[in-house]
Amino acid sequence: MDKLNIIYPEIFISLSIMFLLLLGVFKNNSSNLVISLSVVALIGTLILIFGYPINTNLEIFNGSYKIDYMSSYMKILTILSGIFVLLTSLKFLKIFKILNIEYPILILCSILGMMVMISSNDLIVFYIGLELQSLALYVLAAFNRDEIKSSEAGLKYFVLSALSSGLLLYGCSLIYGFSGTTNFDEISYLMNNDQYGLTFGIVFIIVGLAFKISAVPFHMWAPDVYEGSPTSVTLFFAVAPKVAALTVIIRFLYVPFINVIDQWQLIIIFLSIASMIFGSIAAIGQKNLKRLIAYSSIGHMGYALAGLCVGTNLGIQSSIIYISIYLVMNFGFFSCLFMLKRNDKYFENIEDLSGLAKNHPLISLSLMIILFSLAGIPPLAGFFAKLYIFKAVLHQSMYYLAIIGLLTTVIAAYYYLRIIKIMYFDLEKEKYDKDYNLGLKFTLTVSTILILFYFVYPSKLINIISQINII
Amino acid sequence: MDFPILSSIILLPTIGAFFLFFAKESKNKSTQTVKYVSLFVTITNFFISIYIWYLFDKTSADFQFLEEKEWLEGFINYKVGIDGISILFIILTTFITPICILSVINSINSRLKDFIIAILIMESLMIGVFCSLDLIIFYLFFEGCLIPMFLIIGIWGGERRVYSAFKFFLYTLLGSVLMLIAIIVIYLTAETTDLIKLYELGIDVRFQNLLWLAFFSSFAVKTPMWPVHTWLPDAHVEAPTAGSVLLAAILLKMAGYGFIRFSLGLFPIASEFFTPLVYFLSLIAIIYTSLVALMQDDIKKLIAYSSVAHMGYVTLGIFTINQQGLEGSIIQMISHGLVSAALFLSVGVLYDRFHSRLIKTYGGLVLVMPKYSVLLMIFALSAIGLPGTTGFVGEFLILIGAFRDSFLVATIATLGVILCAAYMLWLYKRVIFGALINNNLFKANDLNKSEMIFLTIIAIPTLFFGFYPEPLLSTIEVSVKGLIETYNYNLINVVENNG
Repeated sequence: MDKLNIIYPEIFISLSIMFLLLLGVFKNNSSNLVISLSVVALIGTLILIFGYPINTNLEIFNGSYKIDYMSSYMKILTILSGIFVLLTSLKFLKIFKILNIEYPILILCSILGMMVMISSNDLIVFYIGLELQSLALYVLAAFNRDEIKSSEAGLKYFVLSALSSGLLLYGCSLIYGFSGTTNFDEISYLMNNDQYGLTFGIVFIIVGLAFKISAVPFHMWAPDVYEGSPTSVTLFFAVAPKVAALTVIIRFLYVPFINVIDQWQLIIIFLSIASMIFGSIAAIGQKNLKRLIAYSSIGHMGYALAGLCVGTNLGIQSSIIYISIYLVMNFGFFSCLFMLKRNDKYFENIEDLSGLAKNHPLISLSLMIILFSLAGIPPLAGFFAKLYIFKAVLHQSMYYLAIIGLLTTVIAAYYYLRIIKIMYFDLEKEKYDKDYNLGLKFTLTVSTILILFYFVYPSKLINIISQINII
Repeated sequence: MDFPILSSIILLPTIGAFFLFFAKESKNKSTQTVKYVSLFVTITNFFISIYIWYLFDKTSADFQFLEEKEWLEGFINYKVGIDGISILFIILTTFITPICILSVINSINSRLKDFIIAILIMESLMIGVFCSLDLIIFYLFFEGCLIPMFLIIGIWGGERRVYSAFKFFLYTLLGSVLMLIAIIVIYLTAETTDLIKLYELGIDVRFQNLLWLAFFSSFAVKTPMWPVHTWLPDAHVEAPTAGSVLLAAILLKMAGYGFIRFSLGLFPIASEFFTPLVYFLSLIAIIYTSLVALMQDDIKKLIAYSSVAHMGYVTLGIFTINQQGLEGSIIQMISHGLVSAALFLSVGVLYDRFHSRLIKTYGGLVLVMPKYSVLLMIFALSAIGLPGTTGFVGEFLILIGAFRDSFLVATIATLGVILCAAYMLWLYKRVIFGALINNNLFKANDLNKSEMIFLTIIAIPTLFFGFYPEPLLSTIEVSVKGLIETYNYNLINVVENNG
């Protein structure tokens, strides 16, 4: 147990959760304090992750828990999303009167679950992490319990997610039954094309994970849950679980099952194409911004999966680049949503953006940049994300996938343009309140600047990510 | 050349836009600030580009003022440079932009600052298109233009602006995504997107036809060629005057430039193979859109259709692939850049006074607006291609080039000249001559000072280069020769290599 120091971040965050829980229970009206302290705890965890040589490739607990470059990078992404969610949502929670101590603690719990998922190298550990993050997310979705939609979102998410977890667990059991081990590395030694039982197992697990990243045809929960949950939770839904689930997909497909790539490649290609097409077409008719971003995130997951199905390190890296840039764009988008507030009431329909450019030129400028970037128009960051995906895809001569992907970007451009049109071309409405808190302004500024000026030094991110080599 | 002069003319307008972004918006003063800053920036840029023309070595076909910088490590380098062809387009861009700004300051009242910022950013991107020597960098600039143009049409346009803006954006985006795939495929087969290296390496003959089509889909939409030209009349009619000017004068030229630089330069075999297709589409564009233009009752729409016809000549000339045809196309693009800009500005002058673009509301303007009538005549005649105007030089060279290639094609194309004369003169007659049919028209003022300035400034080069095209021709001559040599070399070489 001398290597326990490599999981200090996880230990630290668990201890913080317990401490904050006690603090919240024993001290009255401590929710503000707890939120601040949880941000501090997350920053501390970040520092701990940075504190260890990132390039290590260490295993612990008989190889069931793995710390490597990818896991560190993805953990950093998850924790950053946690920090930004807490920073942006303070005001929102106050107005909805759901500023309870449970909120930050649940977020910390689910981040802990995600960290476990990201580092897992074993089916059981992976499942424990998954359940930890999901349980926290069920509660978060239903957090605004006086609102019927929020409760509905929580329940819906719970039922569907439990179903998917069941499928996933069934897949795990099949794999264990046919290979006799739960460790990813050991499974990979035993793999060959003849074991159909294992193939069934893979399919079930992929289905379970596709639920988590809301890939078509397992996306049905996403729009309702996105719409019903409190906006701050929607933001968390849109980013953190996707990072974790994507990491698990990468690790699961590329460590134990890389030798049977022809068995699962078609499934991922199908998921990817279906998500890209469905995400772009279904979003066109949406009137609610949160629903729209749900469909848009389905489409974006399609692109990320397109990078994963090619079966090369290049593809994995392109997916990770994609999800990183996607994260930044989502923070920007949701910060703008948090700013649409008038007299303590939040607005989330597309029509509410009407004429925003006249009253709030800066917000609408940022939102426009973010939307063009989501549509993948150069020279914004979103374009580079897509460029890398298509480069990886074309590298394996999968022309049809690239062509479908690019055609769907054109369709998707339509609904992003529609929002821009409403902001810029339509008549203005009443002004919104301007009392943004610092965290919100900070998040919006940072994400806009990152998106807008990404093209100045595009190699920075690439250089970091190109050190991720799974195969 | 140590000083990165090309990057600086690309960046300068953006820097200007950046300053304007922080300028305070108050009622009267800000208009002054915006006016001076933007004019200063764009005019400086114009003089720098003239200076580059002066420094430019006309006797060499190589790319000059090269700048290379590592950008996406191991993938793309930022590389810019110019040859005789690009320099003319850069000057056209820097020349038209200040004129646009002058016209905007006169006619736009709402959100002037934002409009000018959009124009300045457009200028940066457009100069970037003409300088870039790397496929991905080119794509970046080429597509980046969509954003400001979408906003210009959508925010400051006419009644159906939303429809037009969407049509413009989605049409051109759809065309370009295929080009992106082609660029990535080129990178994967040749391991580079550097244009100069690709010229030397040549593209694998098996892929050429498909790649050519992918590039063609993008350029054909942007040119625009028949049958994908339908976005242009809509976009023109709804765009504000300055938007139409930028669109007609420069944005359309990016596609013509792309044909020369990429389709010919990279895919000689495919170009040879698809020449009949381009001829066919160009001829249809020339004849058909001229006929359509005859029947228009909206002046702007008429000019828009005439643009399609003129660009038909350009594509025809490019794919004759001989010295005269190519030179003619380039001159024709410059000429069309000046003339269409001037025509749209003239329509803008009328629209500002009478708020109508319909031909039937006008008549007898010569009685009240004599100066205007003279200037409009110069531009109309130049559009027709009367000797003594730049239009003539371009069309004449293109037709010579076409005659060398195919008698039939050239004959049909020549018919277009007659049609062009028909619709332009008819338009002129209906608007300028006849009786003053409308009471409003009596009260019309002739051109004011700034309108006079910008129309005259365009008229001068139109006439000057019409009588004396030597400076233009000598600039492009060697580069065009070099291009054709590379083309023929690659054509033979690739054929030999592949049996």
